[in-house]
Amino acid sequence: MTWRCGIAVFPGTWSERDCAHWVELAGGEPVMLWHAERELKGADLVILPGGFAHGDYLRTGAIARFAPLMAAVREHALAGGPVLGICNGFQILCEAQLLPGALLRNSCLQFRCQTTHLRVEATRGPFLSGLESGRILTMPISHGEGRYYAPPEQLLELEAHGQVALRYCGPSGELGDEYNPNGSLQHIAGVMNREGNVLGMMPHPERACEPLLGSEDGLHLLRAALALVGAS
Amino acid sequence: MTLKPVVNDPQGLAVTQGLHALGYPEVLGTRVGKHIQLTLTAKDRQGAESRVEEMCRRLLCNGVIEDFHFQVAEAGG
Amino acid sequence: MTAGMATPSPAQLRELALTEEEYHHAVRQLGRVPNQLELGMLGALWSEHCSYKTSRRLLSQLSSKGPQVVVGPGENAGVVDLGEGLLCCFKIESHNHPSAIEPVQGAATGVGGILRDVFAMGARPVALLDALRFGDLTDAAQRHRFAKVVEGVGHYGNCIGVPTVGGETYFDAAYQGNCLVNAMCVGLVTAPRLLHAVARGVGNPVLLVGADTGRDGIHGATFASVQLDEGAEERRPAVQVGNPFLEKCLMEACLELAGSSALVGLQDCGAAGLTSSCAEMARRGGVGIRLDLDQVARRELGMTPYEVMLSESQERMVLVVERGRVEEVRAVFDRWELRSDVVGEVISPEELQICSGGEMVARLPLQILVEGFLPRRPRSARPEGVARDLSAPPLAAEVPWTLEEAWLRLLASPNCADTSWIYRQYDHQVGDDTVVLPGRDAAVVRLRGRPDGLALTVDGAHRSSLLDPRRGAQLAVAEAVRNLACLGARPLALTNCLNFGDPDREEVMWQLEEAVAGLADACRQLALPVVSGNVSLYNDLSGASIPPTPVVGVVGQVDDVQRLPGPGFAAPGDHIYLVGGEGAGLGGSELQRLLGEAVLGPPPELDLELERRASEAVRQLVSERVARSAHDCSLGGLAVALAECCVEGSLGAVVRLAEAPTPSDGGFDLLFGEGSGRYLLSVEPSGGVRTEEVCSHLGVPCVRVGEVGGDSVEIVGLAQIPLAAAAEARLKGIAGAMAGPVL
Repeated sequence: MTWRCGIAVFPGTWSERDCAHWVELAGGEPVMLWHAERELKGADLVILPGGFAHGDYLRTGAIARFAPLMAAVREHALAGGPVLGICNGFQILCEAQLLPGALLRNSCLQFRCQTTHLRVEATRGPFLSGLESGRILTMPISHGEGRYYAPPEQLLELEAHGQVALRYCGPSGELGDEYNPNGSLQHIAGVMNREGNVLGMMPHPERACEPLLGSEDGLHLLRAALALVGAS
Repeated sequence: MTLKPVVNDPQGLAVTQGLHALGYPEVLGTRVGKHIQLTLTAKDRQGAESRVEEMCRRLLCNGVIEDFHFQVAEAGG
Repeated sequence: MTAGMATPSPAQLRELALTEEEYHHAVRQLGRVPNQLELGMLGALWSEHCSYKTSRRLLSQLSSKGPQVVVGPGENAGVVDLGEGLLCCFKIESHNHPSAIEPVQGAATGVGGILRDVFAMGARPVALLDALRFGDLTDAAQRHRFAKVVEGVGHYGNCIGVPTVGGETYFDAAYQGNCLVNAMCVGLVTAPRLLHAVARGVGNPVLLVGADTGRDGIHGATFASVQLDEGAEERRPAVQVGNPFLEKCLMEACLELAGSSALVGLQDCGAAGLTSSCAEMARRGGVGIRLDLDQVARRELGMTPYEVMLSESQERMVLVVERGRVEEVRAVFDRWELRSDVVGEVISPEELQICSGGEMVARLPLQILVEGFLPRRPRSARPEGVARDLSAPPLAAEVPWTLEEAWLRLLASPNCADTSWIYRQYDHQVGDDTVVLPGRDAAVVRLRGRPDGLALTVDGAHRSSLLDPRRGAQLAVAEAVRNLACLGARPLALTNCLNFGDPDREEVMWQLEEAVAGLADACRQLALPVVSGNVSLYNDLSGASIPPTPVVGVVGQVDDVQRLPGPGFAAPGDHIYLVGGEGAGLGGSELQRLLGEAVLGPPPELDLELERRASEAVRQLVSERVARSAHDCSLGGLAVALAECCVEGSLGAVVRLAEAPTPSDGGFDLLFGEGSGRYLLSVEPSGGVRTEEVCSHLGVPCVRVGEVGGDSVEIVGLAQIPLAAAAEARLKGIAGAMAGPVL
């Protein structure tokens, strides 16, 4: 049996087809979920893909979070269902307060599309439980507003509860400003909720799913999640 | 709408640098914000203020990173 | 209908871009005096931009014939067949003037426009490329313009989710006053979904979809001179602000409709707005269109018919739909939250009829509107004098640098340097199909579900063009073919953007004639059909024209995307071969530019027949995986190409040249001369026999010149630089110049 991965499509979303390709390579069945609909069509896990939902006008994700579909995503998330927000999807999850913090304009003030190294910090939850802590993943980023921010007290809480999922790092896992492409606090590239079932990340795992594209590391996240969904 | 004072504002820093380079060394700092103009109907000023306040909290402003303040003015007609 | 106006003054006509002669030509053809609106419409469609009245007769030399060609010039974009029912649709276009006025929005709307041309054909855009020209980066204003154009290109492509996979950028003081922004878009469509920009079927409704119509793009001055009664109207700037989000929705909606039999024709609303899109669609279909302007959704109050017809508001498309099926078409736009309005219908008289307020306010036969312009034949003359002396020595003074110094300076020149400062601001990977990223000779985009892929490049050669515009255009085509060969790609077809100065200057007209002749000649000899193109004239500032800048975009096909060579030398011990032409030459070279010398001397020699054979040899060696890397020698000559192969592969090399430098030249020509048709290949030692065999079979010179290895780049007996120094120089060329704040 293959597992259904719902892929949310807002006006302005652009990585839904890339995500569908990634899901297929990982052995899942992609199902597109239109923002104006209210149901998840039986999806076992939900992906909020990258793009510029509603043009990112006002603030990234600010308008998308009010889409009818997001009510269903919230319900799914609160019931413990796996939700992954990539890039714009991460921004939407933060705006929807399903994840803590916010994503601000890159500190270099420019859009950045480049390969990054990521260090796995937390190994729980559906997407990272198959990976060992400290493992280095290679994935591209592509965003203008990816600087992770959370108020100081919330940041402490995130660290304390092991909610920092991924950090930008050097090729062998070292942390440093030269490896931080957007000025994120604590080099944070991805965070999860307290329970671990909702993950948001700026890098694009769906662009790292074939050797031809330079990396297959993105497949690990989805395979872990699909194995978990399959076991339950 | 402005970024909260604790939030780093690289755009503001760039503007400060730019102004310094153009010969305005007296500029000590810059914070770049957003200006939104709403045209709406309301029975009275109080009514308008409470609706706008709600709009800011729900959509226009992200409380994690931004502060807002607003002014209500009567338009003609 | 509004009565014809009194004969307009020459000044009023000038505002409409019409001459007195053209006005009388219009009156004669119409058999009456046109009214203000009609005159405005004629002025727009007879403008150089829409009619190509100066260049059209020249462009007829370009051949669009070839078995692979499905659609040639004359539609929104050209189309070639990739086999198995898949078509590739592509075009390049300039947005030079708008980018000079407002670089971010000018560049962004240039990208928006070329995207619309491609999805108007039903093709999903899969790649963007850009060709950019600016003045020297040492000038703060040029740095600003460059940064903002890059931001604008990136903004539109990134937001809409089409990868910008390649391009080329040159900096030369000659572009101080006029930057060039050329954008190319490549799309894919299966044969049954291919759309045409045509109106057919009398009674079929005409829809305007997308953005509301505003006053943007209308020349305030034009308006002021004609509409004399309108004193108090607020004048709007001509700068158009793009909305990539709206265009993304528009693109998805149009692509959703592409397979539908409800859709008869689709066209982008570009230059001259509704006037040109409706006129051209109807003309192609041999019908007419009647528009009711009261149905056009407007962004602003009080717009006149003149403004509505000539508005160049972005992100609008015109559709002709089968009668009775409007609702199903509108449902698609509704779903994407886009406005769609029936604004007219197809009629049988071959006219454009405009109604407003229940009255017909304009009525023009399409034959006159679209084809009735007076072709222009400005005088042309080859420039004289020392400025273009092709027999002069290319370097007037002795080079004040050692060969090593010159080598490192060339590597650090923004024209040779690493371009990641630019392309890291562009999303070049969205779509999951970019398999060769920007920064290489050509980009490669794979085709899903097939082994093959598209190789894409844009190229120009303005400095050689300044010396000899015919040769310059040929060199641009040859360079593009070489770039594709380095990835093992067969060239399929070409699109061109001709950027020139004011054609009323005799020298410029001569340049244009020569360049088009050169382009035609090179395309014929290299068997490259020209399927689309664009001409941008009047790139002048205070009496100075830009150098003639023909830019070509070429689409090629690679057979197997899994078997592409890497970016640089692959392994120590590999043999290095110099394949192809033997000549060098510093006329128009990058070294000449760096030295601040005038553009003098003979341009690089070019043997198109040898180019064809050499590209075939390299293609073959790359596809057979005999060549583990391939790179052509272009700007900065052999030495720069060699250093690039070393830096990309993080490996040094030792090269011995058979030729000895002439005593007068001291090796500069040998190392940095930009002779055409040369490639550097690296080959496993066991592949040497095959390399020589393929080359000799095709009659292509091929010399083993050295070996990969070590930690320096050495040309024995002449110069040697540390690999790390070469890498550092390349990295700092653009990034270093752009390090400070951009004002």
